[in-house]
Amino acid sequence: MSTVLDIIASAGLWGAVLRIATPLIFGTLGALLCERAGVLNLGIEGIMTFGAMSGWLAVYHGADLWTGLLVAALAGAAFGLLHAALTVTLGLSQHVSGLGVTLFASSLSYYLFRLIVPLAGSPPTIVPFAPVSLPGLAGLPFIGPVLSAQTPPTYLALLLALLLAYVMFRTPLGLAIRMTGENPHAAEAQGVNPMAVRYGAVIVGSALMAMGGAFLTLSAFNSFFPTMVQGRGWICIALVVFASWRPGRALFGALLFAFFDAFQLRLQTAVDGVPYQVFLMTPYILSIVALCVMARRARVPQALMQPYRRGER
Amino acid sequence: MTETVLEIDRVSKSFGDNKANDAISMTLGKGEIVALLGENGAGKTTLMSILFGHYMPDEGCIRVHGVDLPPGKPRAAIHAGIGMVHQHFSLAPNLTVLENVMTGTEKLWSFRSETGRARAKLKSLAERFGLAVDPDARLGDLSIGEQQRVEILKALYNDARILILDEPTAVLTNLEAETLFATLKEMARQGLSLIFISHKLDEVMATADRVVVLRGGKLVAERRSAETSRDELAELMVGHRVARPVREAHQRGEPVLEAAAVSVRVDGVDRLKEISFRLHAGEVLGIIGVSGNGQTVLARLLSGTLARSSGDILLYGEAIGDLSVADTVAAGIGRVPEDRTHEGAIGEMAVWENAVLERIDEPRFSRHGLVDRKAAVAFADTIIRDFDVRGGGPLTRTRLLSGGNMQKLILGRNLAERPRILIAAQPARGLDEGAVAAVHARILDARKAGTAVLLISEDLDEVIGLADRIQAIVGGRLSPPVSADEVDARALGLMMAGAWKKEAA
Ligand SMILES: Nc1ncnc2c1ncn2[C@@H]1O[C@H](COP(=O)(O)OP(=O)(O)O)[C@@H](O)[C@H]1O
Ligand SMILES: [Mg+2]
Repeated sequence: MSTVLDIIASAGLWGAVLRIATPLIFGTLGALLCERAGVLNLGIEGIMTFGAMSGWLAVYHGADLWTGLLVAALAGAAFGLLHAALTVTLGLSQHVSGLGVTLFASSLSYYLFRLIVPLAGSPPTIVPFAPVSLPGLAGLPFIGPVLSAQTPPTYLALLLALLLAYVMFRTPLGLAIRMTGENPHAAEAQGVNPMAVRYGAVIVGSALMAMGGAFLTLSAFNSFFPTMVQGRGWICIALVVFASWRPGRALFGALLFAFFDAFQLRLQTAVDGVPYQVFLMTPYILSIVALCVMARRARVPQALMQPYRRGER
Repeated sequence: MTETVLEIDRVSKSFGDNKANDAISMTLGKGEIVALLGENGAGKTTLMSILFGHYMPDEGCIRVHGVDLPPGKPRAAIHAGIGMVHQHFSLAPNLTVLENVMTGTEKLWSFRSETGRARAKLKSLAERFGLAVDPDARLGDLSIGEQQRVEILKALYNDARILILDEPTAVLTNLEAETLFATLKEMARQGLSLIFISHKLDEVMATADRVVVLRGGKLVAERRSAETSRDELAELMVGHRVARPVREAHQRGEPVLEAAAVSVRVDGVDRLKEISFRLHAGEVLGIIGVSGNGQTVLARLLSGTLARSSGDILLYGEAIGDLSVADTVAAGIGRVPEDRTHEGAIGEMAVWENAVLERIDEPRFSRHGLVDRKAAVAFADTIIRDFDVRGGGPLTRTRLLSGGNMQKLILGRNLAERPRILIAAQPARGLDEGAVAAVHARILDARKAGTAVLLISEDLDEVIGLADRIQAIVGGRLSPPVSADEVDARALGLMMAGAWKKEAA
């Protein structure tokens, strides 16, 4: 019992929580933005992989880290454009298109990576983002060590969560996005262009997803391997539901999941006699439980997954 | 003649070969109320959609205060001061009233929504026109009548001077409709100009200054409402005389469905209190009442979607427990639900699928466990032919049918099989004169063939016209039956106000 408390009280754990949560925050915000406008984006898993690859590749070829992040965002935006063209303009099934984008983006990532980077015994590496300590906060007890273990993209993710919450609930643009996800016909009747809103949301949302992927190669690790996203995209899709489509709760959900994950990692070494796979499973099991509790009260955007066609009743 | 605010000049619009609007011209004056009449499919909605920029006209143009309106642009219409209240509300149930109203009213890229100012403006508008509603309520929690107020407020919020309402009363209870018409008159008094579409001829005559009638996409008549009559308007709409069918004397049969002191409790509230009735074969028993007094609950109880809390239901003389939906089908009880688009038919399915939905496990519609599509389509064809369902064939998606035709399909599905009992809730609500007459004729045919019909309705004319005996429902209690030949509208009005309770006491 005391080991558990020791783990929870350690700054190391909470530093890891923020680190693990960062890609989930980016991904969840991206998926949330798309879904608020009425478009489910199951391309997320592939877009994150492609973001991880393209950001890393840019840096490997000499770009600085921020440029790498930007390259990843642009690549994500391009896949967003593809998904939007298929689902918004052509009105195809959002599930099928999203899974198609995931398969396409994942394979393309690996293909391009292999094309450009020769096979080697150990994977090539870059110099990733270094932790920065914010002046003033570094001296605080507990919080200081937790924060000074973080890299800049983590701060960016936290800021983006606040920004998205503000835009969504305090600006005319946010209202237009929410109305488009609830009733695109009503949006149109009020002079909002639902097609444009959906394109914008899917493109920007996909860019955020790709930045989440790039965090993995530019900050968490220093090299790329094709399986590194490991289902994080799917976790993000579930987190959006958990969060009831609210950015603030999405942030909380990502941190909660990251906490489970960081905690089980430490338990694996602290507890003997239990196969480590049991611990690996726990974050997912706890997520399902949390989802059951939270999602029943969730209010799904009413036009989610419904193609919008002008003039049709 | 007052100043003209709106001119529609020779507007035409076709959908494929279907000429929905054929060179229609009309005008609207300041402070004037014009009613637009016409059967379902006459082209009313199409004309109003062109006016509001939802559709592009093929020919013709719209002028507001003498200035041409760019076609096909809702934004331009809003800027010109045109507001539209759609037949099917265009609102978002998960957003608040204020959010619904504010969408699209501010510059998209502003840093902040001016919610405070918007709330104040909404409140002052609501006060000025008597449209009370809580700005912070979630829209989905409001009643239909309140939601419609939000639709109107939305238009007024955009500074509309010309308001278009497409069948605003179709979804309202009688009381809500009265309130709405009073509001419309108040708005006209304050200088707004209004066009509304309605099938309630009495209210049209009482509210509108002028009436414009469309038939088959053409404007066929224009009348001052002071100089016309209900019968003339009905005839102009349909193109020939329409008379609602007349109930003939007819011998009733055995009792088939009885309720003995049945109570129903919903969410801890007694919604039906010890109601009793006895329905005979070959008669129409009318249950009249004002909405909210238990009509909906009664219809649900008898359709098997609500359970009773006490009392007995007797079917063909035998006490049964609670009805389930499957029981009702098996027992030959046909049902016409109140909300036809949500409970009566599945809009996304084809007409033939809706036609056989309840009977899909009968051997004649399945072969080796698969749907026998040929037999099902043939069945749907019979209904379409026998019940005069227009606007599509068996393969048409059902939501493309107009309300009247969807209702004929639902009636047909139930009556094609000669049910022993028919539970019909508000069967003619929102239908045009022609469709009302058709639906009523079918119900009387069924009665003649021996079907026991329980007619649950809040329309006095309908109940007086169809029912042999009438019971009023007030606050969940049911009055004793009276013979329809012995009462008039005044006596029924008293019954609906609960007058019998005092006599009994
Ligand atoms: N979007 C559309 N596509 C094809 N046909 C349509 C469309 N809208 C209306 N129509 C047809 O145009 C005619 C007029 O319809 P509408 O204006 O809705 O009539 P009303 O409102 O008078 O009942 C009908 O025959 C209808 O089937
Ligand atoms: Mg219409």
